[in-house]
Amino acid sequence: MFTMGIDIGSSSSKVVILEDGLNIIAAEVIQIGTGSTGPKRVLDEALSKSGLKLQDMAKIIATGYGRSSVEESHKQISEISCQAKGVFFLVPSAKTIIDIGGQDVKAIKLDSKGCVKQFFMNDKCAAGTGRFLDVMSRVLEVSLNEMAEYDSRATEPATVSSTCTVFAESEVISQLANGVAKENIIAGVHQSVASKACGLAYRCGVEEDIVMCGGVAKDLGVVRAISKELKKPVIVAPNPQTTAALGAAIFAFDEVIGANK
Amino acid sequence: MTDTSNMSAKELLGFYQEELYEEARRAKKEGKLVCWSASVAPSEFCVTMDIAMIYPETHAAGIGARKGALDVLEVADEKGYNVDTCSYARVNMGYMELLKQEALTGKTPEKLEKSPAARIPLPDLVITCNNICNTLLKWYENLAVELNIPLIIIDVPFNHTMPIPQYSKDYIAEQFKNAISQLEEICGKKFDYDKFLKVQEQTQRSVAQWNRIASLSSHKPSPLNGFDLFNYMALIVCARSRDYAEITFKKFADELEENLKNGIYAFKGNEQKRVTWEGIAVWPHLGHTFKGLKNLGNIMTGSAYPGLWNLSYTPGDMSSMAEAYTRIYINTCLDNKVKVLSDIISGGKCDGVIYHQNRSCKLMSFLNVETADILQKGNHLPYVSFDGDQTDPRNFSPAQFDTRIQALDEMMKQNKEGVSNE
Ligand SMILES: Nc1ncnc2c1ncn2[C@@H]1O[C@H](COP(=O)(O)OP(=O)(O)O)[C@@H](O)[C@H]1O
Ligand code: SF4
Ligand SMILES: [Mg+2]
Repeated sequence: MFTMGIDIGSSSSKVVILEDGLNIIAAEVIQIGTGSTGPKRVLDEALSKSGLKLQDMAKIIATGYGRSSVEESHKQISEISCQAKGVFFLVPSAKTIIDIGGQDVKAIKLDSKGCVKQFFMNDKCAAGTGRFLDVMSRVLEVSLNEMAEYDSRATEPATVSSTCTVFAESEVISQLANGVAKENIIAGVHQSVASKACGLAYRCGVEEDIVMCGGVAKDLGVVRAISKELKKPVIVAPNPQTTAALGAAIFAFDEVIGANK
Repeated sequence: MTDTSNMSAKELLGFYQEELYEEARRAKKEGKLVCWSASVAPSEFCVTMDIAMIYPETHAAGIGARKGALDVLEVADEKGYNVDTCSYARVNMGYMELLKQEALTGKTPEKLEKSPAARIPLPDLVITCNNICNTLLKWYENLAVELNIPLIIIDVPFNHTMPIPQYSKDYIAEQFKNAISQLEEICGKKFDYDKFLKVQEQTQRSVAQWNRIASLSSHKPSPLNGFDLFNYMALIVCARSRDYAEITFKKFADELEENLKNGIYAFKGNEQKRVTWEGIAVWPHLGHTFKGLKNLGNIMTGSAYPGLWNLSYTPGDMSSMAEAYTRIYINTCLDNKVKVLSDIISGGKCDGVIYHQNRSCKLMSFLNVETADILQKGNHLPYVSFDGDQTDPRNFSPAQFDTRIQALDEMMKQNKEGVSNE
């Protein structure tokens, strides 16, 4: 039996197809999110890669910022519950989840059964989110893929003190103008993202294992900075950008077999 | 006189709200005094003196709910009011500015013409009280200076410890006496203490009916939709010292009790979970916030905010009246705030709590993190907080709100189904 989870975020669209609640048949990402062609493209891609049709899905659950605009879905579940479900499936020892996406940062605390005990999200501010990194990557002319590598070569991380994305951007520009090495600026940018996320994690109460997910978890510079700040190891969820879609697909499976009753 | 005997509570609410504005406009025309008042400043003194009352916070809420806030907020912006200032204050300062321009030029500014808000007259005096915040001091000072009119301040100290010390009540009672003598001077007549006693008694009857309504949300399922309190609140603020409030609230409580008897509940058969809402409503998005919760089967059965006007005291006893006006939970220490909210949550038999992190109202927001943390250690109920603002529509994001309340709903469901083991 196949189920599908669709996660339409602010920055990217993700689809996971699951067989019998266990095997991941497809896990696709398109790096544009709600309101774009992303949702349709990612759906087509997941179906064509798996050789399946929409009608083959026993149930489809949508999540993410754009969850209400997914016509194909039978139900919507919040991205908080879906992240918890997906991460717990992949890393059953997870107790604290840090999810950094395009425009939000969240820290989620799980109980031993993987249920959400508490969560905290950023307020109406893009500081510490993927958007912040996107802006910095553009200013620094360093692609997102290379950010971690630059960070690893840093000798003395610069300080990026402004929380506001716009102010931080001008701070970074002036550091560039003053000849500060990009490596050091990037390490500073990562630290700034980490401090915002860790603030939320501390409020949850940090308990190991700590697992990171969301698109920003692909930037190992951020992962390192968070681990350093928390003084604890941080596990990156496998294929971290698709964990919420995976959670949605598992919820769909559970509902079909009535495990939630 | 309009016959009100057959009106429903909802009709009475609309009727008396309009009546109060009409009375103020009429008073102005007839050369009588009009006073603008802070929402939890004692109303008893001005009503005794037959002064027509306008409550800017309620007026601003109405502008917000009717989606007219942005226009007047821009006027306040242009006058230099910082966006971090309470949006009730900014809406009112903007509105006042338009009224002032009209009075000075004889021409009605376009924004005033177009405003969906009830038209109100400019005040001849203003009265404020810092028992809910200190923004109200500067705000009313500015009104008085801009319009060159008298300002009455009733200073109510913050209660850093409970119970409220006698010296504090004595001090507030002195403040009351001072306000009375100021009023005697402004009105050019003696204060009538016999009438004052009657006004106090009226206030107590209004408050008693108000509390009667609020207590009905303890029933499960609830006949009362807590969001209705946000609407009916207009009269506990603006007319508690008049019989308008008593009549309307009594009618509403009777209707609800009748419904309860007949098994008619606020959400019909669809009440699934019950939540406490801590903080002021998001007026420009009232429909969105209410429907968002309702679609999930979540009814609001707890809110400490309407309880600010639970001003019960012994008529004729100034010290008792002083106590009523100072024990308001946002004028007390964290411990007491937690206790009040804890009673609200258990009284409403709530399954979760929503905290409005209000950009306007610092007093009702800054302690939320701590409050939520302490409460959860005791009651283990899930909670969420969202960023918003009571009247500045720019400070609220519907999608962010939706995500948070959906997650809260899922956590409450988990708890109820006993899936979670902790
Ligand atoms: N290869 C990558 N390396 C580093 N960061 C990445 C990479 N791909 C995406 N990101 C970051 O992930 C963010 C999007 O995260 P995602 O979890 O997909 O967001 P959402 O769910 O809000 O749409 C982007 O803003 C970008 O900063
Ligand atoms: S909303 Fe808060 S800050 Fe504004 S007037 Fe009321 S108590 Fe004061
Ligand atoms: Mg996401």
